[in-house]
Amino acid sequence: MREMIYLPGVSTLTYDASRCNGCQTCTLVCPQGVFTMEGRQARIHNRDRCMECGACARNCEQNALTVQPGVGCAAYVIQTWIKGKDAACCGDIGCC
Amino acid sequence: MTPNRNGTLTTPNPSATKPGLGILSKVPTHATDACCPVPPAGPTAKKTLSERKIFSHQSLMGEVSSAVGPVPRLSTRLTLRDRWGGLKVRLGLKRNQYAVDPGLYAVGQPDQQAPVLVTANYKLSLDALRSELTDLDAWILVLDTNGVNVWCAAGKGTFATDELVHRLTTTRLDQVVAHRRLVLPQLGASGVAGHAIRQRTGFRVIWGPVRASDLKAFLKNPKNPAPAMRRISFTLRERMILIPMEISAALKPGAWATGAVLVIALVVGMLGKGTLPSVVRLMLLGIVAGGLGIIGGAVLAPILLPWLPGKAFAVKGATIGLAVAGLGHLILYSPMAAGLATALALMTMATSSFLAMNFTGATPFTSPSGVEKEMRLALPAQVMTMGIGTVGWLVAVWTG
Repeated sequence: MREMIYLPGVSTLTYDASRCNGCQTCTLVCPQGVFTMEGRQARIHNRDRCMECGACARNCEQNALTVQPGVGCAAYVIQTWIKGKDAACCGDIGCC
Repeated sequence: MTPNRNGTLTTPNPSATKPGLGILSKVPTHATDACCPVPPAGPTAKKTLSERKIFSHQSLMGEVSSAVGPVPRLSTRLTLRDRWGGLKVRLGLKRNQYAVDPGLYAVGQPDQQAPVLVTANYKLSLDALRSELTDLDAWILVLDTNGVNVWCAAGKGTFATDELVHRLTTTRLDQVVAHRRLVLPQLGASGVAGHAIRQRTGFRVIWGPVRASDLKAFLKNPKNPAPAMRRISFTLRERMILIPMEISAALKPGAWATGAVLVIALVVGMLGKGTLPSVVRLMLLGIVAGGLGIIGGAVLAPILLPWLPGKAFAVKGATIGLAVAGLGHLILYSPMAAGLATALALMTMATSSFLAMNFTGATPFTSPSGVEKEMRLALPAQVMTMGIGTVGWLVAVWTG
C-alpha cells in the first residue's frame, strides 16, 4: 500500500526542542507518526505527514509544540471563508 | 464495521428493562440511590423520542451492579437493527440523529478492577467499540459529543477535557472502580489533554489504539502496542465505505444546480434553432456529463486515491474526470461535434475535480493548511472550467 502524503511544506507545526522533557506523549498521540524519540528528546521525523489535528500540542505538558489545529476539509474551508473560523462547521456536508 | 463473533444472546431481565423506557433512564449519570435509580436530570434529560429508541432491547443484557447502583449492560453483538441503523447512517440518512445517552455502561461482568474504555455518544462509534469487546469485562464511559464520532468531536471540542472531567464526576466512576486508569481512543487526543485529566481528577489517561478492532490486543499488552495500532490507516475498504456518503452529499446541492441549469438550457433551446427532440437530447447529454463527474469524483477518486497522479485532490479528481469523460466518448455518447465533446468533457472534469477536493474532509491525512492552499488555486480553476464547459454546451443547445 502506498503511503498517502498530502501537500508538502504547509503544516503550521512548531517544536521547541529546548522545552522537551522526553515524556514521549507526542509519539503516542500522533496518528501520523510525525515524531520519533532521539535519545531523551522528541524529534520531528516527518513534518509533511502532519495533518494539524493538534493532538501533540494539546498533550504536551511542556508546551514545546504548537500547531494551528483545524479540519482538513474543503467544505469546512469554504465556510471559514464565508462565515469566519468560529462559525464554520462541516458536519452536514459530508466530511468528517 | 468489523463483523462480530459473539456467542448467544441472553434475554434481558424483564424487571431490569421496562418496555418503553429502554435503558436510558437507568444510566446512573446523575445522583442515584443505590437501589432506586432516578431518571437523569440536567443536560442529558433533554432526549428526543428518536434518541431513546436507538437501543433495541436485544442490545441490552440487563444490568451490572456497582458501588453506585445498577449500570446498563450492553451486548457485544450487533443486532440486525443496529446494522440497519448503521447502514442508513453510511448512506447519509439521519446521520445527525444517531446519538445515545452519555454515561456509564458495562460489557460482560466488570468489577472494580475492570478497564474503563471511553468513547463518544455517536451510536456508530459505540457499536464499533462494543462489537469488539466479546468475552471482555469492561466499563464503557460514553461522553456527550452531541452524537458526533470521537475524531470529529475531538476536533470540535466536545470530546474534550472538560466533558471527561464532568462525566467522571456525574457517573462517580471513582467509586465504581478501584484503579485510576482510563483507556481513551488515540484519536481523542486532539480534544483531551491527558495531563490535565490527571491533575484534575487523579485518573491517568492511557492512549488506546486508533481502531477499536485493536483494543483486545492492546489491553493484553498496553505498554508495548504494535506501532501499526498507533497509525491512522485509509485502506481501500475504509475509503469505499465512505462512497455512499460522498454521493449523497454531492446529489443534494447537485440536484439544485442541475435543476437551475436545465431550466436555463430549456429556455435557450426554445429560443434557439433546434428541434425539441434535439434540445432534449442535448439536455440529457449535459446531465450525463455531470453524472460522469460524480462517478469520477465521488466514486473512482476515493477508490483510486493512492494511485491517482498529483498530491492535490483537485488534480487527482480532474485526472480521473478526464479519463471518465474520455470513456464516455468512447462507449457512451454517439458521435458529436468537437466543440460539444470538449464542453461535456470540461463539465465532467470540473465536477469530478470539485468532488474529489471535497473528499479531503473524509480523509485522515489532509491538513487544513494544505486544503486551504489547494483550494485557493483549484476553486477558481474549477469554476472557470465549469463555466466554459456549460457555455459551450448551451451554445450547442442553442444551435440544436
